[in-house]
Amino acid sequence: MAIAKKKVTKPIAKKSVVTTKKVSAQKTENPSSDDFWKYAPAPESKDHVTLKEKYDLYIGGKFVKPNSGKYYETINPASGEVIAKIADGNEKDIHLAVTAARKAYDQHWGKLPGKERAKYIFRIARMMQERAREFAVIETMNGGKPIRESRDIDIPLAANHFFYYAGWADKLDYAFPNAKPKSLGVAGQIIPWNFPLLMAAWKLAPALATGNTVVLKPAESTPLTALKLAELIHDAGVPEGVVNIVTGFGPAGASLVNHPGIDKIAFTGSTPVGKYIQKAIAGTPKKATLELGGKAAHIIFDDAPIDQAVEGIVNGIFFNQGHVCCAGSRLFIQENVAELVIRKLKQRMKTLIVGDPMDKNTDIGAINSKEQMDKINQYIKIGIKEGAEIYQPECALPAKGFFCKPTLFLHTSQSHRIVQEEIFGPVLAVQTFRTLEEVIEKANNIPYGLSAGVWTDKGSKIFNLTTQLRAGVVWANTYNKFDPASPFGGYKESGFGREGGLHGLYPYVSLQS
Amino acid sequence: MLPLPPNVHHASPIDQVGVEERVARFNTRSIKKESKMQGLKMALNMIDLTTLEGKDTVGKVQQLCYKAQHLADHLLDVPKVAAICVYPNHVKTAKKHLGNSGIKVASVATAFPSGNSNRRIKLLDTKMAVDHGADEVDMVISRGEFLQGNYNFVYDEIAAIKEACGMARLKVILETGELSTLDHVRLASDIAIAAGADFIKTSTGKIQPAATMPVTLVMLQAIKDHFDRTGIMIGMKPAGGISTAKIALQYLVMLYETLGTAWMNNHWFRFGASSLANDILMQIGKEQTGAYYSSDYLSKD
Repeated sequence: MAIAKKKVTKPIAKKSVVTTKKVSAQKTENPSSDDFWKYAPAPESKDHVTLKEKYDLYIGGKFVKPNSGKYYETINPASGEVIAKIADGNEKDIHLAVTAARKAYDQHWGKLPGKERAKYIFRIARMMQERAREFAVIETMNGGKPIRESRDIDIPLAANHFFYYAGWADKLDYAFPNAKPKSLGVAGQIIPWNFPLLMAAWKLAPALATGNTVVLKPAESTPLTALKLAELIHDAGVPEGVVNIVTGFGPAGASLVNHPGIDKIAFTGSTPVGKYIQKAIAGTPKKATLELGGKAAHIIFDDAPIDQAVEGIVNGIFFNQGHVCCAGSRLFIQENVAELVIRKLKQRMKTLIVGDPMDKNTDIGAINSKEQMDKINQYIKIGIKEGAEIYQPECALPAKGFFCKPTLFLHTSQSHRIVQEEIFGPVLAVQTFRTLEEVIEKANNIPYGLSAGVWTDKGSKIFNLTTQLRAGVVWANTYNKFDPASPFGGYKESGFGREGGLHGLYPYVSLQS
Repeated sequence: MLPLPPNVHHASPIDQVGVEERVARFNTRSIKKESKMQGLKMALNMIDLTTLEGKDTVGKVQQLCYKAQHLADHLLDVPKVAAICVYPNHVKTAKKHLGNSGIKVASVATAFPSGNSNRRIKLLDTKMAVDHGADEVDMVISRGEFLQGNYNFVYDEIAAIKEACGMARLKVILETGELSTLDHVRLASDIAIAAGADFIKTSTGKIQPAATMPVTLVMLQAIKDHFDRTGIMIGMKPAGGISTAKIALQYLVMLYETLGTAWMNNHWFRFGASSLANDILMQIGKEQTGAYYSSDYLSKD
């Protein structure tokens, strides 16, 4: 072997010099940054979408006018144009909805055998698949997320949740061995604006499968797919009052939480609102699951598959414009590979396409609302002021609508506000670390504990780490992967209770021996 | 594991699931209108039109050479292919019939496709191709030696063939279908590049699977890392299994987003294919005439 090595290294050294000369001459003929091939616009068609000008509340199996008589406008955040008028529900509407849900529970749904409930839920799932394109387009129009994501992730996953929990409906006795699961009654559900249809599915599917009836309040800025879901549920022949959807603002949500007629509250949203709910239901028999904020540690070890890890970082923070409670927003890179990872990450960020969410090639769409845009911009200012090094690729942003370039902050530390606080945008704070112990300590050094990610080729390191990270979900060598069979939820100020999987049934039943 | 040749860097491990996901994402790109036409013409211009059969004859090579220069004379503005790829004993014929068309002649060599012979014969094989006028040599690596961990052997062999190539550009075929893991593909790419390859190439076309997008992505990343480290560009040639215009465009998207536009010409990127050209021509014809026509309108040389 040694001889062979000796024999070749000499001529090769010579050769490689020759090659260098030759190729560098060629290199000058090939300018590397001209954009001579660009993707032509590939907008998804809106032709097959039917939207009404005005949407009412869905209560007791009927679309009814709001008590206030008032409607507000919902917009497309990518253009600012008004899409539809939405009923502004209030306390009285909530009361009607809860009453309708109670009636449906007492008279029909609560007594229906599981296999009969399953038929309705399977039907919802199938119809959602049939109408998937329409749902995807509306989700993108109303929320600003790229059509690629709503088409490939949000809508199929929402349908899968209904399929999955439909399967449990007649098997609950097996889900809870030696215990008799009993439905709770009426569930109040409040969902966020980042995954409007998917969150509705996460909440509705297990509630219906376990025999509860529901009053659902969508986020004020993204009510359209929930209202299309109301139409779908209506078309599916789900008995009246089983699902009620009341649109409106914060006060409507508060009335739902405080309504004495509900047995359970399920909330996904911000930590301050989660704290409010906790206080509001204290001393009542209401059960609750809260899925709140996060600031996930995304950890890259030096033995990681670096190219794939870079892809994971991109999916972790730029998926859905970073409007993801489990986004990998705190990046920890082992110091000996930090330079390499950051160089590759910057290169990859240059290829991200920011723009019209309806274009099939868009990677990063519109920021959901003006309020959120302002919040992100404020945090970017804070980051700069804190002295972190900002990096944004050069990319043109549309003139109208709310858009934000993918953003890195380098050389940050645990003391930076951009590291400590949830930004909920495409902004990644990057830190380096030296040892396993150090990164575990820092990863856990945050009031949140929703999710984390780890990249290493070493299986034992993954298991060592996952047992020590205080996070509800830990992804290994991937990020932002969701499946109906997998439980999701947080530790600490990220909330409690699990959604998805067998665990997702518990919050909707009381167990009797 | 036996030691690596001295100038081969240890690359990061490859996560196959991650690679496949990245590829799936490339394939969601929607290439329409002008970018599609531009891409199709670019792909056509990157083809190494290939005949590598035991039954190759002067007549067959001659016909292929004519086709290379006249892909579809009834269509407007159709580029030529990049090269003709033949066995060494047909290089002279190809050279003669391509004349000064600018189309290169590539020849496989080194006991293609298995590579199971000794160094002396492989060098003679290479020399014959070059002496007969081959502009490019497509060699195969010794997969057996590679899988035994004899990386220095593989390296030395490539370096020796590179020297025998003289001015001809060397494409090193890794035969990824026999290397089994993406980590092996990456290591073989790094060895080939370090040993002097001008191009790295996936497959002979004689083994299944031939070129796949995950394998090609790993090789493109090896090229990228080498470029970032040294400033030296290396070419890429996926070969075998790329038979439709749609797949060719997906490869171009992957090339564009991994290496960038500097590589998007036939000096740095090739498709080794025999039936791809006609499918692309079919698409170009559809753009120009507004309708698909029967494949009988396209020559089958």
